Amino acid sequence: MISAELIADHNLSEEEYSRILEILGREPNLVELGVFSAMWSEHCSYKSSRLHLRNLPTQGPRVIQGPGENAGIVDIGDGLAVAFKMESHNHPSYIEPYQGAATGVGGILRDVFTMGARPIGSLDSLRFGRLDAPRMRHLVDGVVRGIAGYGNCIGIPTVGGETTFHPGYDSNILVNVMNVGLVEKDRIFRGRAEGTGNPVVYAGSKTGRDGIHGATMASEEFVGDQTRQKRPTVQVGDPFTEKLLMEACLELFRTDAVVGIQDMGAAGLTSSSFEMAGRAGSGLEIDLSKVPVRETGMTPYEILLSESQERMLLVARRDRLESVMEVFAKWDLAAVEIGRVTDSGRVVFFFEGRIVADLPAAPLSDRAPLYDRPRVPPRTIGSMGWERLPEPDDYGGCLRAILASPNVAEKSWIWTQYDHMVGTNTVERPGGDAALLRIKGSRKAIAVKSDVNPWFCACDPYRGAAIAVAEAARSIAATGARPLGVTDCLNFGSPERPEIMGQFEAAVRGLSDACRVLSIPVVSGNVSFYNETDGRPIPPTPTVGMVGLIDDVSRRVSVPFRSEGDVVGLLGSNRDELGASEFLRRIHGRDEGPCPEVDLDAERRLVELLARLASKGLLSSAHDVSDGGLAVALAECAMKGTAGAEISLEETIRPSALLFGETTGRVVITFAAGDEGAIREASAAEQVPFRAVGTVRGTRLSIRVSGGRLLVDEDVASLQEIWTTSFESAIAAADVL
Amino acid sequence: MSDKPLFAIIVFPGSNCDQDCYHVATELVGCRAEYVWHRDTDLKDADVVILPGGFAYGDYLRAGALARFSPVMESITRFAMDGGPVLGICNGFQVLLEAGLLPGAVRVNRGLRYVCKDVHMRVENSSTVFTRLYEPGDVVRMPVGHMEGNYTAPPETLTELEYQGGIVFRYCDAEGRVTDSANPNGATAGIAGISNRGGNVVGLMPHPDRCAEGVLGNEVGRRMFESAAMALAGR
Repeated sequence: MISAELIADHNLSEEEYSRILEILGREPNLVELGVFSAMWSEHCSYKSSRLHLRNLPTQGPRVIQGPGENAGIVDIGDGLAVAFKMESHNHPSYIEPYQGAATGVGGILRDVFTMGARPIGSLDSLRFGRLDAPRMRHLVDGVVRGIAGYGNCIGIPTVGGETTFHPGYDSNILVNVMNVGLVEKDRIFRGRAEGTGNPVVYAGSKTGRDGIHGATMASEEFVGDQTRQKRPTVQVGDPFTEKLLMEACLELFRTDAVVGIQDMGAAGLTSSSFEMAGRAGSGLEIDLSKVPVRETGMTPYEILLSESQERMLLVARRDRLESVMEVFAKWDLAAVEIGRVTDSGRVVFFFEGRIVADLPAAPLSDRAPLYDRPRVPPRTIGSMGWERLPEPDDYGGCLRAILASPNVAEKSWIWTQYDHMVGTNTVERPGGDAALLRIKGSRKAIAVKSDVNPWFCACDPYRGAAIAVAEAARSIAATGARPLGVTDCLNFGSPERPEIMGQFEAAVRGLSDACRVLSIPVVSGNVSFYNETDGRPIPPTPTVGMVGLIDDVSRRVSVPFRSEGDVVGLLGSNRDELGASEFLRRIHGRDEGPCPEVDLDAERRLVELLARLASKGLLSSAHDVSDGGLAVALAECAMKGTAGAEISLEETIRPSALLFGETTGRVVITFAAGDEGAIREASAAEQVPFRAVGTVRGTRLSIRVSGGRLLVDEDVASLQEIWTTSFESAIAAADVL
Repeated sequence: MSDKPLFAIIVFPGSNCDQDCYHVATELVGCRAEYVWHRDTDLKDADVVILPGGFAYGDYLRAGALARFSPVMESITRFAMDGGPVLGICNGFQVLLEAGLLPGAVRVNRGLRYVCKDVHMRVENSSTVFTRLYEPGDVVRMPVGHMEGNYTAPPETLTELEYQGGIVFRYCDAEGRVTDSANPNGATAGIAGISNRGGNVVGLMPHPDRCAEGVLGNEVGRRMFESAAMALAGR
């Protein structure tokens, strides 16, 4: 008998329960209730977000697989394609940072290699609270170690990402992990249970009691000090087993033995079996007594809902079962035939000879609840009077202070803990605008980047989301690559609050508009709601992951100033904007808007221009202007190139905004003096504002403005010292607890 | 074709630089290469054996601790005893230490963290099979990527290594000075790589396989592979 209390414990509403009764025409048993609870959780069903996600542009000439599979796939030519996806592991990482982050990496890797792709690079997009917030250093350290521990061991390089610190994440950090894999176009695999009579094989780690109802947990907010009690729902990762599983699967994919495959991620065996049957319109019969378990006495309920890691469900060709088993045996992995494909349209689970659940496959996903949740237009944050602040006396001092900020300082402390070189494809290492991975056996390389600015999004979710796309595209273009596709990871508070749904709707609209104008399809993604603790939601955080392609890797461009005497140029326009800048926060202690403006058409032309200039070999260097503004961008080019520059900016806007405003749509380039005409011409053709602003020279960075007034004159080596050591010092100084 | 030297790349279940080494041996050095599964005992008449980086058996216990019990290790030991060239890179070096083919051991890095970055090394012995294409005193830049690279050995072993040319590479700064700040893991005497007495078995923590072609910005590591290939071609 299913009581009201039991329904509530399963996080199902009364209305949802009535729908279950309607679908089944009877009362569910406890196992079935657990299945519905997991499949209809926000995490698995996207019940609050689906309606809005439909507006994202998902089509494009290169799209092979759009949203709805384990990962999206985009064609890169020569018979090859890239599979990629980003996912969140926020709640588990806040409860137990090492395992939470590690299993986040493991999960996204499985999503990619399940498609038949060999993973070639990961990115981590991390949002932490203030370093002096309770547990924060422990969280930073644990998350970084967790990503390193898993990624390094399995041997997939972590090549990029970004990390920022915002008080809005003090009690709800974000760990978004992206992976990109390489797959032959005619060897793509999908999660489909096809072919009546074909055997269903369970492979990988045994099933334990860890992570039961993890998907439901990720669909609730934290209240009070629940984080310790919730620990048993966090899974434990075993990267060595994952490595075996990955190699075994990739070996199997070279045969014709596999019909369909899916990883047992959120909601474990439940979601993998229902989704595989649902996509194929088939049915399954599965004997839970055959599932390898870690401990005795596990109930069917526990086996179905366990989220133990490193497990795969696959459908093999009936006549090739033996060769499937041989490959798993070679890799010392447990593999068991646990069932078969049927044409009944139902998923039936047996345990010790009796039926424990018998549910129709399609309605679980087709008739999953879909909510048009009430929403109010999101509040935007404008200026609170920063225009009236006095100009600083010492602009050089401001530059030094901003370079020392944990948000801007170089974060090699993080990425030297990641193996970012294994696979020997990393042509552009972490720390540049976008990482570049060459494609062996071709001249091509792919550029990968993740991006979002939570301060922008807090001030204006629509514009913040659009800027995230524009900036990722600009960073990719600054390497000489052209954007190919987007994966998104949408992190928000509770969808049951109208203001959060308003933020969500606005952010998705911002993503859609930007992706449409820039012609970059969204091919995969993930939504993480309920990121709030004690009623305090995080700032809206629509993380964008982007992949681009460069046809000739020898034409790539990077950040450092390269040659003395090169001309420094600025593409794009400066504006009198300081809202949501690191300058206001760091120098004036003010967190206020407005979010900078974004001109998507101008961004599109800028991206096109950069790709064109790079392909002609006209650029010595290029660097996107973002956090910290133009002065920080120039300093980064100088510090990375260990070269100085003499810059002169003829502008009438206030000097602080010129140097430190975070106006979008700008890129610093350098080129040989003789190429200035060609660059001017190409810029004019694309209608991108261009001007020469200085010369690479000496060992100091000097910046003058109108009238020859010298604002900044700093020794590059001293700036570099500040920029490269501040982050580690800040970590060391933070309270351990 | 068949007169080109053959590299055997040993594959433990957790090896993850096996394909990188294969790529260097075949595409960049122009030799032949074969993967040899850890459970096999046949080295396929290889001329050179490479133990690549990775986490042989997950290395939850101690890097390389279980790999030495793999069936292939017996064949490698015989091959080495007969003077065959054996190169252990990173985890491959750890396996050679655990298997006793090279003396000493590695501990967890001084900083207690995994470290992945470029380091400089000074070539101390350019007469091993794998370092003949370097000059003594050359300063080479190579990437490291490891959690356990802090080499140590009993004093008498260290003395023996010193006097018999067993120290092949030492961490140094860009100018070739062996300093503490240039040492990424706390290794005794800055030791980055060593060899056996015959100079045919070499192990090192840095990755020559990760700096063997121009597109990666550094080709210096290719010479270790070429050195072995050349020695064989001249036989």
